[in-house]
Amino acid sequence: MKLDKNYELNRREFLKNAARLGISVAGAGAAIEVVFGDDVLAASSALSPAAVRWAMVVDMTKCTRKTDCIDCMAACHLVHNVPAIENKRHEIKWIWKEPFINAFPEQRDGRLRSGLAQTDFIVLCNHCDNPPCVRVCPTKATWKRPDGIVMMDMHRCIGCRYCMAACPYGSRSFNWMDPRKVLDEKTINREYPTRTKGVVEKCDFCAERIDHGRLPVCVEACSERALMFGNLSDSRSEVSALLAGRFAIRRKPELGTRPEVYYIV
Amino acid sequence: MHDGIKIFGGLGFFIAIAAFPLWYALATGRANVVPEPKLVNAGKECVNTRAFMREYHMTMLIEWRDEVIREGKRLPVIVAGNEYQKSLTGACMKCHANKTDFCDTCHNYLGVSPACWDCHNIPRERKHETR
Repeated sequence: MKLDKNYELNRREFLKNAARLGISVAGAGAAIEVVFGDDVLAASSALSPAAVRWAMVVDMTKCTRKTDCIDCMAACHLVHNVPAIENKRHEIKWIWKEPFINAFPEQRDGRLRSGLAQTDFIVLCNHCDNPPCVRVCPTKATWKRPDGIVMMDMHRCIGCRYCMAACPYGSRSFNWMDPRKVLDEKTINREYPTRTKGVVEKCDFCAERIDHGRLPVCVEACSERALMFGNLSDSRSEVSALLAGRFAIRRKPELGTRPEVYYIV
Repeated sequence: MHDGIKIFGGLGFFIAIAAFPLWYALATGRANVVPEPKLVNAGKECVNTRAFMREYHMTMLIEWRDEVIREGKRLPVIVAGNEYQKSLTGACMKCHANKTDFCDTCHNYLGVSPACWDCHNIPRERKHETR
């Protein structure tokens, strides 16, 4: 193909070139997918696991001992200034109860322990190893810390709610109104900020307490010791020992988010 | 132009009145209203010098914020043997406990309204010994 001023592309040649271009673009895309794809990244992180990987184990056999117990939720909401909004469309959720069928809609393990399907499960942010909310956040207001906590920076959140659409667990809530309108002025925890209208919030595994060597507030509040928190990368930790000895399920593992909240059933 | 004197005289008078704050400050050498932030619960040394804090407290707070939230560096700042958490309500507001007497005096004077207090809680204000 020589270049001259009167060169004209005929139809056949144009189609040929277009096809070549198309194939090369698609080929490059596939190559990038193979090299940088999520599975490859996952494989590499499995080879060199982080020194600290925080995770929670909820022992449902213990959790159901006391009926209508809301100790963990009450403690969390008090410490973190989570408002109790009646309107379901505006409610803010950090840790709450969900019926089995809603928490584990894809659970197909035939006959589970009797009564389990009628149990309300304690659910919270799963602090996924492969968090879809982080992937979609346009401002990096939410990101995964090296120790596995999916953190939230309210200062940077622009309230676009992409993360809420991405999260398959409904763990994120949008502030449709100023929470201070609902919070009780007398019981407000002044050491912890409230949120403002227009930001998304969720459980952050009590990062501010963990960094000071304390346990999450829900774990401390549970009198039955049904909530366990610890380092999964440490094989001698309490959570590792629990999971090694008991059968545990996770929420929607088929989605590949690799949730890090385990339920002993 | 029979009314030239009236027009220009009136104009000059108006400008003189409108520019009062400028020429008054020039003539007397001082502004009439100067913000005077009052220290409460004072006694401990601040994390930095007065001049630095006046000019750069907002930059420092943003640095603290990024270190704590984004990098997880929560080790306290130690000044003259005192430990200070990198926290607005957990450190700054412990000494400068009276927001209306301290923060607001300058912020109102300069017409800035920082968004800190949309989320961070203002400590309950009691009667303080101010100085």
